[in-house]
Amino acid sequence: MAHDPKHEEHHANVDHAAMGIEHEHPTWSTYWKVATILTLITVVEVWIYYVPAITTSRAFVPMLLIMSAVKFFIVVAFYMHLRYDHKLFRALFTAPLIIAMTTIVALLFLFGKLSARVGAAL
Amino acid sequence: MTHAAAAHSAHDDTHGHPPTSTGLDNKKIAIWAFIGSECMLFASLISTYLIYKGRSVVGPYPHENCLPPTCSTPLKSILNIPVTSASTFVLLMSSLAMVLALAAVENKDQPKRTTGERILGSSKLWLWMTAILGATFLGFQAFEFTSFVHEGLTIRTNLFGSSFFTLTGFHGAHVTAGVLWLLTLLAIDYRRGLGPKDAVNVDIAALYWHFVDVVWIAIFTLVYLIK
Amino acid sequence: MATTAAAPAFAPTDSYVGESGLWSWLTTVDHKRIGTLYLFSSLFFFLLGGLEALLIRMQLAGPNKHLLSAEAYNQMFTMHGTTMVFLAIMPLSAAFFNYLIPLQIGARDVAFPRLNAFSYWVFLLGGLFINSSWFFGAAPNGGWFGYAPLTTLQFSPGLNIDFWMLGLQILGVSSLAAAFNFITTIINMRAPGMNLMRMPMFTWNAFVVQFLLILAFPVITIALVFLQFDRFFGTNFYTTAAGADPLLWQHLFWIFGHPEVYILILPAFGLVSEIIPTFSRKPIFGYPVMAYATMLIAFLGFGVWAHHMFAVGMGPIADTVFGVTTMLIAIPTGVKIFNWIFTMWGGSLQFTTAMKFAIGLVGLFTIGGISGVMHASPPADLQQTDTYFIVAHFHYVLFGGSMMGIFGGIYYYYPKMTGRMLSEKLGNWHFWLMFIGMNLTFFPMHFSGLYGMPRRIYTYDSGQGWETFNAMSTWGAYILFVGLLIFVYNFLIAGRRGPIAGNDPWKAGTLEWSIPSPPPEYNFASIPRVTSRLPLWDVRSPALNAEVPHSERGDTRVDVDVATKHAGHNHGGFVGNLPQQAAESGMHIEEATGKSAKDLGIPMPNPTIKPLICAAGMTIMFSGLLFIHKDKMSLAIATILTGALIMVLSLYAWVLTPLEDPH
Repeated sequence: MAHDPKHEEHHANVDHAAMGIEHEHPTWSTYWKVATILTLITVVEVWIYYVPAITTSRAFVPMLLIMSAVKFFIVVAFYMHLRYDHKLFRALFTAPLIIAMTTIVALLFLFGKLSARVGAAL
Repeated sequence: MTHAAAAHSAHDDTHGHPPTSTGLDNKKIAIWAFIGSECMLFASLISTYLIYKGRSVVGPYPHENCLPPTCSTPLKSILNIPVTSASTFVLLMSSLAMVLALAAVENKDQPKRTTGERILGSSKLWLWMTAILGATFLGFQAFEFTSFVHEGLTIRTNLFGSSFFTLTGFHGAHVTAGVLWLLTLLAIDYRRGLGPKDAVNVDIAALYWHFVDVVWIAIFTLVYLIK
Repeated sequence: MATTAAAPAFAPTDSYVGESGLWSWLTTVDHKRIGTLYLFSSLFFFLLGGLEALLIRMQLAGPNKHLLSAEAYNQMFTMHGTTMVFLAIMPLSAAFFNYLIPLQIGARDVAFPRLNAFSYWVFLLGGLFINSSWFFGAAPNGGWFGYAPLTTLQFSPGLNIDFWMLGLQILGVSSLAAAFNFITTIINMRAPGMNLMRMPMFTWNAFVVQFLLILAFPVITIALVFLQFDRFFGTNFYTTAAGADPLLWQHLFWIFGHPEVYILILPAFGLVSEIIPTFSRKPIFGYPVMAYATMLIAFLGFGVWAHHMFAVGMGPIADTVFGVTTMLIAIPTGVKIFNWIFTMWGGSLQFTTAMKFAIGLVGLFTIGGISGVMHASPPADLQQTDTYFIVAHFHYVLFGGSMMGIFGGIYYYYPKMTGRMLSEKLGNWHFWLMFIGMNLTFFPMHFSGLYGMPRRIYTYDSGQGWETFNAMSTWGAYILFVGLLIFVYNFLIAGRRGPIAGNDPWKAGTLEWSIPSPPPEYNFASIPRVTSRLPLWDVRSPALNAEVPHSERGDTRVDVDVATKHAGHNHGGFVGNLPQQAAESGMHIEEATGKSAKDLGIPMPNPTIKPLICAAGMTIMFSGLLFIHKDKMSLAIATILTGALIMVLSLYAWVLTPLEDPH
């Protein structure tokens, strides 16, 4: 089979419809970029762990949570393909995720680990 | 009209199956539902860990040393951030390997002209890489667990030990199952080769694997980094 | 309705239902057979749970009785609750999910037939496992909710709780596996033309229940894992001396437990939503609202759990929040009640047995709902909690609600499953005895509860004002039992000689009534093309269906493409004749032809024993843990490893075997 210049045809024999891949397929460079970002964020997370000025400040936990959330999001969106797939999968994942996160937060409140004041202590 | 058995129309490319309502594969829908369910499983484990944080009556503790009089002999803080950072990195890279493995399987029929293309296109290589990186992560976990035990933290010692080992143990069990799954795919690849028609099966393994990685992202932050 | 007068051209036996014999049942992967297995097994467990209830009522008939010791009583109410929730109502619902969902959506089976069989065998083995405890004199005795720290080793040293906790873990696997199956089936295997807003209400309710299952069961799994680890491995999750919080179990349990009660009621609601329109000769009133209300109930159901804990001292903020969410959830529930009433309003009502049970649910569930809303207020609940007032509430919603709906479903669908009608005369006796018995048993409990009678006491002294109410309850239980016996006779004996049903004895509107009774192994010879919510009425009684949307694409509120857009590329669904024929033929009725799937060229999944073996391996694995408490560590390890090995090997064999013969 001659090499076909059109990018889409690289995946001719894959059942894209069944896999729910509707939009363009991520490229290898996307994958490397995501891996690099994941590594960088992890490095920053560990780095700030060792900076007492940050760890003792109120920004420490929110910073970590945001960075983890970004890592979480890019793995789910790019590696797990959610960005490119049928919307059904997004719904199947997001609803349970919201319920799970709400449950965690509710339990933390109920067990006194969070309080409703701004600037909650953990 | 009650039966039309012999009349296979020219449009039959469904192997005799009715078309699906969404055009999507059943297995992919099922694995995403499963992943949703696992969110609640790990949410319960993580919640318990967070609830019990700081409530252990005896040491050792995750981030602080335990000094007399609470501990008759002083116990160092247990968690080893550098080691765990390394294992976290290993697991993150395994997700990259997994993604490349899936791409390799999907593109199996494409001609590979350069060495680079051949390397990227080897499903066996990337499945091995994923499995090995996953096993390496498990090796780190095993090392971590045994050193904790030597330092005085077992699953029975205190609330921290119970909740920590159960949470990370469940995660490790999921990784183990994933590694076994990957090895099974490898066996099939060696036996008859994995090609584009197997893409869905490799895809669902990949989704499972990435999810396990994503759970670790949460655990690493909530357990190790947040003091 | 079919009569015996003129036998139709095709008797039920002309329908090709497949092979007979024990092995065919052990290896079946046919959703209809699996549904039948669930039905018989769960009715058996329901009787068992009923006997347990009868013993409870006999013990409590008067003050200071000695029929049951305190310990025996604890086992009795624990097993009654556990059996009724996990071994009766849930699998009865599963019987209907299994039997009906593919038929209602126009599919030939579920998405994963072998996984379906696996779910059943796990359920059966789990139920047998937990009941085997009776033979060891160690039936579970910590309540169906098993509160820790009471259920920790320190306070419950025997095997009782081990049986309970392992049994529930096993049963959890069954429910979860089935839920993944049905979610996939409903999303992906609907007939052309059936978008989500054209699905029958039962399928809608079933769909929502599967999501409740997959999100709620993991939480109790973890709660039980913590208990297992505490009891077997000495961890500290519920050990207060180590700093554990005595409320952890309660929170985790009820995060599961509250969605669980919606899991228990929604299938019955779905059955009622099928029965009432058929016997009112009107489409259900407010179909979209019913669908949205169901989804809202499920979603809100995750936010109310701590209303089971108003008396533990969570503080005013938590109490208020959960009180408010609990009152809110009454709204979508109430909406459903009104919609059923408006369906009947102006309809031409036929009071078949099924209809009586359905109307019974509407009334009795409302009573249970009213007491439920009363519990939603924390200060009021402080008086009601842990009294018989609560027992009254949940029996009204579970018996008056779930069981009434399920019995209605049995009378409604028995003809479809067997090809014959149950006796309406016996059904009438069954209904009235059950209705009277149920009210006589549980209504007085509102009073004994408010007069202060606590729950879970094995006896009581006279002179507290409780005797009359308890006596009434016990007499009610006897009447219930007689009604149940009449049902059993009807179900097992009279029904087999009943009039032949034909495809559609009730003149209903949904797809399952367009095929023979019982359906052939392949369900539909050719997959129909669905034209509205009530496709059979489109063909048979279009006047009844005039107000139901009939547009070409129907409602498109839910963004899932209909099959006509994506042809082919499917390896997950199976069997089949071509949509082209169905599209051309539109909605059609199929009479029994006696033709097998092979005759019609429809590929069917192969029967296999592997799911049963896998289920057995898993059960053996869990049972092995029991030996730990008998100080037989090596036997425990040997059993666990053997069970695990059987499970893993059969799982590999199963997964690596294709579902069907190549075609």
